[in-house]
Amino acid sequence: MKMSSSAKPIEVHDLTVSYQRKPVLYGVDLEIEEGSLVGIIGPNGAGKSTLVKTIMNMIKPNGGFVKIFGQTAKHGISRVGYVPQRESVDWDFPVTVMDVVLMGRYAHLGWLRRAGKADHKIASDCLEQVDMLPFSNRQIGNLSGGQQQRVFLARALAQESAVYLMDEPFAGVDAVTEKAIVSILKGLKERGKTLVVVHHDLSSAKEYFDHLLLLNMRKVAYGPVEEVYTRELLQKTYGGRLTILSEMAFESAGVRAIEKEVLGPKK
Amino acid sequence: MWGKQIEAINPIDLTERALRFWEMNDHSVRIVALGSALIGLSCALMGSYVVTRRLSLFGDTLSHAVLPGIALGFMWAESKNNVSLMIGASIAGFLGISCISFLGRFTKISQDSALGIVLSGFYAVGICMLTRIQKMDYGSQAGLDSYLFGQVSALSTNDLIGIILALGAIIFFLSVCYKELLVTGFDPNFARSIRLPVNLIQYLLWMLLAFCVISSLQVIGVILASALLIIPAATASLLAKRMTSYLLIASLFGAAAGVGGAFLSFFGERLPTGPLIVLVSITFFLLVLFFRPKNGMFSGFIKSKGQSRRFAMENTLKAIYQVMESSEFKSSTIQKLELMNRRGISSGYCQKELNQLVRFGFATTSLEAKSQNNLPRELLVSLTPKGWEQACKTVRNHRLWELYLTNEARYAPDHVHEDAEKIEHVLGEDTVRKLERILSNPKKDPHGKLIPSLVDIQKGWLGTSELEKENYIL
Repeated sequence: MKMSSSAKPIEVHDLTVSYQRKPVLYGVDLEIEEGSLVGIIGPNGAGKSTLVKTIMNMIKPNGGFVKIFGQTAKHGISRVGYVPQRESVDWDFPVTVMDVVLMGRYAHLGWLRRAGKADHKIASDCLEQVDMLPFSNRQIGNLSGGQQQRVFLARALAQESAVYLMDEPFAGVDAVTEKAIVSILKGLKERGKTLVVVHHDLSSAKEYFDHLLLLNMRKVAYGPVEEVYTRELLQKTYGGRLTILSEMAFESAGVRAIEKEVLGPKK
Repeated sequence: MWGKQIEAINPIDLTERALRFWEMNDHSVRIVALGSALIGLSCALMGSYVVTRRLSLFGDTLSHAVLPGIALGFMWAESKNNVSLMIGASIAGFLGISCISFLGRFTKISQDSALGIVLSGFYAVGICMLTRIQKMDYGSQAGLDSYLFGQVSALSTNDLIGIILALGAIIFFLSVCYKELLVTGFDPNFARSIRLPVNLIQYLLWMLLAFCVISSLQVIGVILASALLIIPAATASLLAKRMTSYLLIASLFGAAAGVGGAFLSFFGERLPTGPLIVLVSITFFLLVLFFRPKNGMFSGFIKSKGQSRRFAMENTLKAIYQVMESSEFKSSTIQKLELMNRRGISSGYCQKELNQLVRFGFATTSLEAKSQNNLPRELLVSLTPKGWEQACKTVRNHRLWELYLTNEARYAPDHVHEDAEKIEHVLGEDTVRKLERILSNPKKDPHGKLIPSLVDIQKGWLGTSELEKENYIL
């Protein structure tokens, strides 16, 4: 394993998150090795998106911590490229496809500097990779769902991060786009990037990823696909929650202060 | 002051008054025009960010929330001192923002309710204080009510300096933080993930918004200030696809509305400036809404008018073809009566349709040479080559589509006619070629009727003798 230091790209320790007294994640431990292509699967409401958002420091956990390359989530996320769910932004915003992809370069630019020729070149290359270059001057509202997802992917590519977190990149895209995204993910993995992808389709998970995290409020299992993708473990994941654990988690979450999601502009 | 000057030379010729405004020789006129334009500009710039972030009501709340601050500043300085008014208004604005974010963070109250509560609460306090001030010794002549509705004629050089400072600060902030504002507005979560101080930027934006609103109160007043934030930006949202053009368009409309409103209030006597600026601004909005080049209501109306006329003509041509087909194309002319029966329409309506065809060069009409059985002479219709081509194409499209639906999409033959009635008008030549390939160049439709082929279209009508065809071509 080629690793400069012992720090893992993503380390999650005893993470507990609840929304308004309702526990969503409970005591999740996770260590992801560099260069893995990880799929997070689990039933609806299993806390898949919550886990990703907590790693991205958008939600404050009630307990436990997240480390990115050994740093706290707050500092580490600058090394993470993030592909949010498509519904999370306002698609009527007056920006073009190119503007959005250039946002992927902002972290490299810092304050005061505008995106230059080199950045435009990188952004064009990323758009080319996702087959969206002909649309670069379109206003983003005039795109189909699959195209919008590709634009988000291109923006993440333009970030040139070491780690990528993607929240349901396959939701509502057509089969062709899904194939295209999968091949891009595999290409990134070949180049040594670490990818964590929330996925809702169990049947395709086996061929898309090399590691799987089975999640249902708690971590059911994590490991290479061939070890984890077993009838028994999947049944455990999708076969309903452990009743006593749910109850106790609910109780203990009620005791703690209500942490609110730190999403969106504070109003 | 300027307001009194007008009364002194009253009654005055209207054109002379208009000239007086546009020549701008008067110092006061210059201040008024400049002040209104700059306010329109700065409000439009800030408004662009407010509207794209879907915080329109926020600007409204903020402008109302500064009112108690103005009253407080006045009480403190015991006169209309700009600095103390500004400080008071800023504090009140900041308090208002804090109240809204407090309500949002610690209660379950939705944001629009929180905005409503803060807006009305602060405004009520402000009105109470202003009323109180009016009754004090030093307050009677303060003219503080101009802050409610705006009174541009009372604009002083000091006010103008305040406006210029606010505009300068806005332009500076927007140009320095252009890309940060763009990304925090579009996708705040992503902005956080690249470690931008999203909340700080938001607060700075709100502080600037407060300055912008405060500096514009003298012109537009508390109640309508938000209109100048929202309307030019909403106008721009109809036209712009990028933030840069959005800002440009909004500021143009904002500045124009400012000058326009100031002019109208100068022109017409005793008309309040604030409401006039808003009305000019709304007029711009409506004009753009109706007449913008793409998707405008007006251009859309014209387009759909043209389209429905084309559809109607194609339907008539198709009916003529079908009449000719029913007589196996023995004659190149048909009677108007046959067409009426075919279409099931009245004589007058049929005449209208025929006139339309003649006007567009699709058909010619002539009267029968000799009447039969002493009836009035019948009107004969014949198609021009252009009309024949269009008729063939429409019939072909219709029948091809019916065949496609029955053969490829497995619809029952009695289900396909209605759909084909619509599709026949919109099938492009490329799609037709594709359909022909898929259906391997069919000859007949599902009902056994011949589909006019390209050869038929070029040759002239089907079933006629060679001689007639030659005559026709000649």
